[in-house]
Amino acid sequence: MGKVHVPKPSLPPPSNSIGAIAWAKKHLFSTPLNSVLTIIGMYLVVTMGYWTINWAFINADWVGDSREACTSSGACWVFVSARFNQFIYGFYPESEIWRVNLMFAIFTVLLLALVIEKTPKKPWIAAFTLVVFPIIAFFLLYGDAFGLERVETHKWGGLMLTLVLAVVGIVASLPIGVLLALGRRSNMPIIKNLCVVYIEFWRGVPLITVLFMASVMLPLFMHAGAETDKLIRAMIGIVLFQAAYMAEVVRGGLQAIPKGQFEAADALGLNYPKTMGLIILPQALKLMTPGIVNTFIALFKDTSLVLIIGLFDLLAIVQSALADPKWLGYSVEGYVFVAFMFWIFCFGMSKYSQHLEKKLNTGHR
Amino acid sequence: MQKDSNENPELKKTNLWNDANFRAMLFQVVAILAVFGFIGYIVNNALTNMEQRGIVTGFGFLTDQAGFGIVQTLIEYTETDSYGRTFIVGLLNTVLVSFLGIILATLLGFLIGVGRLSSNWLISKLSSLYIEIFRNIPLLLQIFFWYFAVLRALPPPKQSFDLGAGAFLNIRGFFLPKPIFEDGFSWVIGAIILAIAAVIYLVKSNKRRQLDTGIYKPVLLPSLAILFIIPALVFFVVGQPLSWDYPALRGFNFQGGLSIIPELMALLVALTIYTAAFIAEVVRSGIEAVSDGQSEAADALGLSNGQRLRLIVIPQALRVIIPPLTNQYLNLTKNSSLATAIGYPDLVSVFSGTTLNQTGQAIEIIFMTMGVYLTLSLLTSSLMNWYNRRVALVER
Repeated sequence: MGKVHVPKPSLPPPSNSIGAIAWAKKHLFSTPLNSVLTIIGMYLVVTMGYWTINWAFINADWVGDSREACTSSGACWVFVSARFNQFIYGFYPESEIWRVNLMFAIFTVLLLALVIEKTPKKPWIAAFTLVVFPIIAFFLLYGDAFGLERVETHKWGGLMLTLVLAVVGIVASLPIGVLLALGRRSNMPIIKNLCVVYIEFWRGVPLITVLFMASVMLPLFMHAGAETDKLIRAMIGIVLFQAAYMAEVVRGGLQAIPKGQFEAADALGLNYPKTMGLIILPQALKLMTPGIVNTFIALFKDTSLVLIIGLFDLLAIVQSALADPKWLGYSVEGYVFVAFMFWIFCFGMSKYSQHLEKKLNTGHR
Repeated sequence: MQKDSNENPELKKTNLWNDANFRAMLFQVVAILAVFGFIGYIVNNALTNMEQRGIVTGFGFLTDQAGFGIVQTLIEYTETDSYGRTFIVGLLNTVLVSFLGIILATLLGFLIGVGRLSSNWLISKLSSLYIEIFRNIPLLLQIFFWYFAVLRALPPPKQSFDLGAGAFLNIRGFFLPKPIFEDGFSWVIGAIILAIAAVIYLVKSNKRRQLDTGIYKPVLLPSLAILFIIPALVFFVVGQPLSWDYPALRGFNFQGGLSIIPELMALLVALTIYTAAFIAEVVRSGIEAVSDGQSEAADALGLSNGQRLRLIVIPQALRVIIPPLTNQYLNLTKNSSLATAIGYPDLVSVFSGTTLNQTGQAIEIIFMTMGVYLTLSLLTSSLMNWYNRRVALVER
């Protein structure tokens, strides 16, 4: 009776339920309809992918400085590379470009510090980015102080202008948005209604009419004789417009704070500014970050509209380069370049905001 | 502080600052004064500035003769018409492109949103590729791409693409046969209305019977039959009162038929593709918001696949989808104002553009334009809110 039962080793799974074939069966050819869709999809992927790679890489021309360099049948990236500096810096004087680069470098370092999770003293870095950095950036870009040569705003352009508009739009609209959102949630009927009217008005009109307003009506509203820069006017329009959207994001964040937090603050005897500043807003701001990043993406794309009032952002400067008789017929290359630049920024930011959303979702409930 | 004021009644009386009601009142009075003061300052400046520059104010200009042509008009319009009429023409063009855009974007968006959730790996990846590409590229750039890079590259009228059935595509636009309704066609329209009424009656009575007796009879096929057969019968009985006006190449361009200008096409394609990417995400999140338990419960009740979708999943998903979908519709309508960048004669382009340049009355014109978009926004959102209340979960 001392026989020990030794089970046979288990059989491997049937060969049709593992491996690539089984995967394809399950995910690509599970039903007749799916099979048809897969085949159509594959055909599309192969033909379009083949054409795109051929056009953009294999048959493309990369080096040269005039259209004569473009001899092959594919894309003519020479159009972009020959004017690359202009697309990035606009008409900024060549000898001063280091200032823009320095500004970009500082900005990148600050952003990285904010994005990396383990940076110490994050609130201080955030405050520095929101308050001190804009001043540094202004003096770096505009100059006219500290021995820096003045560079008029009509020389600004390209990607640099796009970034300036988007960053100014977000940084300046955030405090206004916070105030509006607090006003909208306030118990005082008049303040509440004023904020509601403001928010609904700007959210109801297209940005383009706001920009038109900023460029034709703002000069009428100013004190007689006061001259404003076209760029400043566009920025005012963008900030007024963006503040309404920001207010809604902040309101969403405020609404997500449980009532108990307000009650706890009341129980501690904190007054309104302290309740908001020490208890509610720090928690709400954390929750709002994905929303703020999303509005930033929307604003970043929307800055391209300044083309209509005659500012040379990235899209506008490429559009005007396309009209250059020396480079007629390369519109696809130009647009693909702009699309790629915008796409990189927007896609990166949207991935970051998704990551944030996931992170915030786990910790908070 | 609170304690002090309680202990010392005199201080409590004198220190109004600690009275929340008084503080609220004070803040509101200050806010009102600040807002009105600011508005007064602006109005005052505007009036002085306009006087200095010799700009006339008021809406008198609306009856003046416009004197410029518009490339696409839905109502009769000639250069001798008034600026008021240019406003209407622009408004109608905006409504046209928004309406078509909303329909097309909804169709494409639902298709891609469902594709994103498909069990087919390739389809789901392709759908998310579409979403990630088109969502992250500025709309204006997409409009430019379709207008300058694609439609401008089409052949001239003589070498147009013949798409069959009398449709042609060339650099001047898209030419389609135009239906001409003859005398008896009102009978056909009447028949269509009758058929729709019959279908509504059929569906309602079927539902009542199902509630009363539990017997369910399929209504889809009979409804479709009614919808097609009655109008078709009437159509043939009254002698086919419909003919087509085919576009034909005469001289340098196509004449006759229905022509769609390239500006409209570019705008429509770009708006559709861009908004569809957002709608797809709305649809995906709406469907994902219906918990798996609902589908499993439907399976447990023995509902078929179609019934599960139609009766369980879609009604619950729609509840989540409708509010953000409305937002996308509003965005599309507002984004249609980008038309001005390629010269499609929408409200902003015709009215805030040409009319403003000719009359110089910036304030009136921009406020009228903004007013239109505001009204459209508020109307759409109140309509959708009404619908939303109807489908909202009734919680007890």
